[in-house]
Formats: sequence, structure tokens, C-alpha cells
Amino acid sequence: MTSKLDRTFAQLRQRGEKALITYVMAGDPSLQETEQLVVELEQAGADIIELGVPFSDPIADGPVIQQAAERALRSGTSLRAILAMVVRLRARTQVPIVLMAYYNSIHAFGTERFCQEAAQAGIDGLIMPDMPPDEAGPLKGPAAAAGLPLIFLLAPTSTPERRTFVARQSQGFVYYVSLTGITGAKLVNLASVAKNVEKIRKATNVPVAVGFGVATPEDAAKVAAIADGVIVGSAIVKQIAAYREKPDMVKHVAGFVRSLKTAMRTAQANAR
Amino acid sequence: MSAVPNKQGRFGAYGGRYVPETLMPALLELEQEYARVKKDRGFQSELAYYLKHYVGRPTPLYYAQRLTKRLGGAKIYLKREDLCHTGAHKINNAIGQGLLTRRMKKPRIIAETGAGQHGVATATVAAMFGLQCEVYMGTEDMRRQALNVFRMRLLGATVTGVDAGSRTLKDAISEAMRDWTTNIRTTHYVLGSVLGAHPYPMMIRDFQSIIGREVRRQILAAEGRLPDCLIACVGGGSNAIGLFHAFIRDKKVKMIGVEAGGLGVASGKHAARFAGGKPGVLQGTMTYLLQGDDGQVNMTHSVSAGLDYAAIGPEHSYLRDAGRAEYTSVTDDEAMAAFDLLAREEGIMPALESAHAIAHTMKVAPTMKKNKLLIVNLSGRGDKDVQQIANMRGITL
Repeated sequence: MTSKLDRTFAQLRQRGEKALITYVMAGDPSLQETEQLVVELEQAGADIIELGVPFSDPIADGPVIQQAAERALRSGTSLRAILAMVVRLRARTQVPIVLMAYYNSIHAFGTERFCQEAAQAGIDGLIMPDMPPDEAGPLKGPAAAAGLPLIFLLAPTSTPERRTFVARQSQGFVYYVSLTGITGAKLVNLASVAKNVEKIRKATNVPVAVGFGVATPEDAAKVAAIADGVIVGSAIVKQIAAYREKPDMVKHVAGFVRSLKTAMRTAQANAR
Repeated sequence: MSAVPNKQGRFGAYGGRYVPETLMPALLELEQEYARVKKDRGFQSELAYYLKHYVGRPTPLYYAQRLTKRLGGAKIYLKREDLCHTGAHKINNAIGQGLLTRRMKKPRIIAETGAGQHGVATATVAAMFGLQCEVYMGTEDMRRQALNVFRMRLLGATVTGVDAGSRTLKDAISEAMRDWTTNIRTTHYVLGSVLGAHPYPMMIRDFQSIIGREVRRQILAAEGRLPDCLIACVGGGSNAIGLFHAFIRDKKVKMIGVEAGGLGVASGKHAARFAGGKPGVLQGTMTYLLQGDDGQVNMTHSVSAGLDYAAIGPEHSYLRDAGRAEYTSVTDDEAMAAFDLLAREEGIMPALESAHAIAHTMKVAPTMKKNKLLIVNLSGRGDKDVQQIANMRGITL
């Protein structure tokens, strides 16, 4: 069965483009603003929106996203409220939305109920930074029944055996973590990212998106040259944090996202 | 009961490996390396050597005659882990993991610490084995345990304060995991309790199980029979599982874990996971966890930094569900009263963590017959807590 993510990547491929996947923390600074951001970021060129679910103990995240989670929790954000927001959003936009949640949020909600309600709300995929496929057994049945793709991550430390094992189970896309570290660190070795993306492609036909450390339009253009998708998180969250008390926050962040997409398009056009 | 954990690191429904992919290869490597050294005579004899000549094992099993008389019931023995080098049982595990780090040829170790005892043990082992060492500690704990912070620095370790969340043990573990994720190729993470992802809960239990093995031998020599009851405090639960493990198949030996009741379970300000928590995933493992309806991890409270943590080791969740061990809690005030009692009756100042085990002993021993044998794990000594106790009593030293 093809999912909305599959169709999105296929359409981009036909147009000779790469996917820009933009991360925002749901509820930072409020769910109302997140709702507005999703609509505006799509118009600015985001192909897929990744919504962070705030968690009190985000072990895979650097300070920028940790603080965003704290702000979101202070504004009273819950997983239930995030799903309700996505229901409202679906009246305004069909942009693919994937959730990035630590597993305890899903577990506390109830794994089966979450898969059903998330799919019904219009969520198009689930990424869990602390859930390797090795532990995902209890999720696979309910996720498949609901038609909710499970997106798994690979890292520079992954062995060849794990690369094959993880890539073959990832649906929608494979999330390649570009560096050995946490979100918001600096991307240093593009050549090794390229090499690893090639190796993942040999293990699966699912598109490969690269995240962690992509911070500028220049980074985005370079990563677009080697992967099917470019994930930008901390750099966007930083902009939201800096402008969160200003009336033109959404516009400003949309401007940044437009600059990312423009750089990616230009680089792809020049490559042809 | 069958042997746990299974190959996936499961203790029944608990345990497992809920970590970022970046860490998975290192955990698999650690699991393999640990499986090798477990059967390796050379490693085991080296470990035994350091435990004897460096740590000072075996630690005594001391008959607390005056405490027994005062409480008027069961005959009370204290397992004197407080007499280990560095002042607590934590060194048993730190030595084991230090040796393992040398085998894996990693030049750097990191650790988290709550009360500071595990940090001091790790800094000590790093000095002895010539490893670089960085210890993460919540800034609230650094305030409560300033002496241990200074001790770690004297030993040459870098102590890094963690100013996130509740600024206690939980946040220190998250920060250590982030460091490990970033520096995994050069660094081994010396986790301090039976927490985290497989193989840590199993490996740390094995390193600590020397406590119960010695106790078994010692009580048989002293009394010619097994004890009736074992009592230990439970933060993550490494001293408790270390004492319990050698007795799990002896169904007649009752095992009691004592959690931190803080200001009382009803107040919500505590770290009694079985009284107020439900299963969930924190920092790599599935276990009982203090959490809200939305799965956010609750703030905890205890006078004792070493028990002030929202989750409990997964094997304790398993033992509790299986009915093999029981768990209870005592309040801050009860622990303080126990500290005073042991100091005055036996001339032993327990760590505030261990004082929780003594506090429950004060409730249980009088209800037992005089011919019953009760063993308490005195997991650490109270020197580190003297400053804090003075502050609490309004005394300036």
C-alpha cells in the first residue's frame, strides 16, 4: 500500500526536487502558533512537516530542542491536544505531517489507541528517537492496521548488519542521522554522509532523508545533492525561540524556510 | 523463577533497550564483551584481586547487638558496604566497568551521579586505571553534596553541572547519555545503577551480587542458617539487587526494598515508584515510573539524593510483580530518625540512603520473634551527608 509519504517523494522525484522536511516543536510557544506555522511553512516550501511531541526527558536532543520542549510543556501541550490540532489543520492543508515522539508519550497514551487516533487525525508517519526497530514489535501490528508508517533511524555508528536490518523495516523514508551526536550539533563530514546514504540505498528502495546538523541554506543545498530529503530542526526552532515574542514570528520563520527551499531548488537545477 | 533477563534484556515485561540508534551498536558491543569476560577466568581473577586488595572485600557482616536489643525483636545484622573504599557499594560496579573499559581500549569514561557516591567511585577507578573521567551531576545535587563534588575534583575528574529539569539524578543521566551519543567511539558510559538499556541492569546486578554471595557465606558461618528477611534501600536499586540476588531461589528468605517516601506518599513529593507510578519508558528501560497522565516524568523529592529518581531498576519491577520481593517506603523524617538511632546505638553513621533501610528495620524488627534473622544492607556511610544534616538543623560548621 502506498502512503502519502510515498506519493510525496514520488511527485518530488518527478519534478527533480528533493524533500524539505521541517521540524517544529508542537506547542512552542503555543499550539495556536504551531497551527499557523504548519500552514505557512508549507506555503514557504516545506514538503513534509515534522511535529515534535514535547517530552520531559528528551535524551536525543540538544539544548535548543530541550528548551523548546520545556516551553511547549509550560504552555500546556499534550499529545491529545496535538492530535486535535492536526484534525483542525486537515481542514486547511494536506501537507504530510509526521510526529516525532519519545516512546513514553505513545505508551502512556496507549499504543493501539494512539495508532488509530493518529491515523484518523491525519498523521502520516511516526518517528521515535528512542525506539529502535528491535523494540518496536508491539507497535508494528497496530501501526500497520491503522496505516501509520513507522520511520526508523540509522546513524554513522550503525554496523552493516544494522543498516540492513533497520533500513528494511523503515516505512515512508529512512531517517539518517548525519552525525554521531544529538540534535543541533554541527555537521562536519559531508563526504561520509554521502557514503553512508549510498550504502543505505543499497539496502532499501525507501527514500533516505538526512537530519541533525543541517542549519543553513548552504547545508540544505549540499545535503539535497546526496539524499532524497533534508531535515531541518534545531535551526528552525532557534528562529522560533528568538522571535517568539514578536508579532511577525511566523512570517520570519517562513522566510527562513523559503531560503532553505530556494537553495535546494537552485542546487538541484544547477546539477541538471 | 527462571533466569532473567532473556536475550533481549527483558525481565518479564520490563527492561529492554529503548535508545537512539547511535547507541545501539555500542550496547551490542558491550553485551558481547560482557558475555566474554563473564566466562573469562583472567578477567574474573583480576576483578577478584581488585575487590580484595583495593576495595577491601569481603566487607564484614556485623551483628548489631545494641540495635537488636533496642528494637526488641529479630536479630539484626548489618552488611557493612559502608566500609568499602570510597564509602559505598558503588565501587563494586565501578571496578568491574573500569576493567571492562580497559578491555575495550576506550580512553575515557563518563558517569552520572546523584548523591555523588557513584561519581566518586568512578573518579577513583579512573585515577587508578589512568582513564579520563567526566561526571555529570544535577546542580541541585551538587548543592546538597558539595563535599563529594570536591572529592571528585581532587581525584582528577571533571564534574559538569546539569541545569535542566529537576537538576537531579534523572537530568544527569540524560546528559551523560547525550555525551555518550556524541563521543561513543572513545568513551564508555559507567552507569551507576541497575537502570538504563540492556545489558546495564544485568551487568551491574552481576557486579553487585558479590554483596549477597558474601552475606550468604557469612550468615551460614555465624548462624548456621539462612536469614529470614533482607532489607535494602532502593533508588535505582543496585545495592538491593546486589544483596537479594544470591537469595532469589530461597523462597523462605523475605526480601524488602525501601523507597524514598519524601514528605509522604500522599504529599506527591516522594520517589516511591511502586506507590505512585505505573510502567513506562525512561532513559532506555521499561519499568515502574512516576509520571503524569500524558507520560511526562514527574519531579521527585527525597532528602537523599541517591534515592531521588523517578524510575526503578527493571528487575525490581519484575520481582515485585512476581511477588518475590516486596517494596515499601519511609519518609525523610523517618530516615533522619534512623540516622540518629544508628549513630547513637552503634556508633555508625549511615548514608541517608541507607538510613531508609534502617528506618524500615525499626518498624519490622520489633514485630519479629527474637530467633529470627534480619539482614540490612548498610550500603554507604554518612560522612558525605554531615554537612547537609547540619544545614537542615540550622547549624553552621
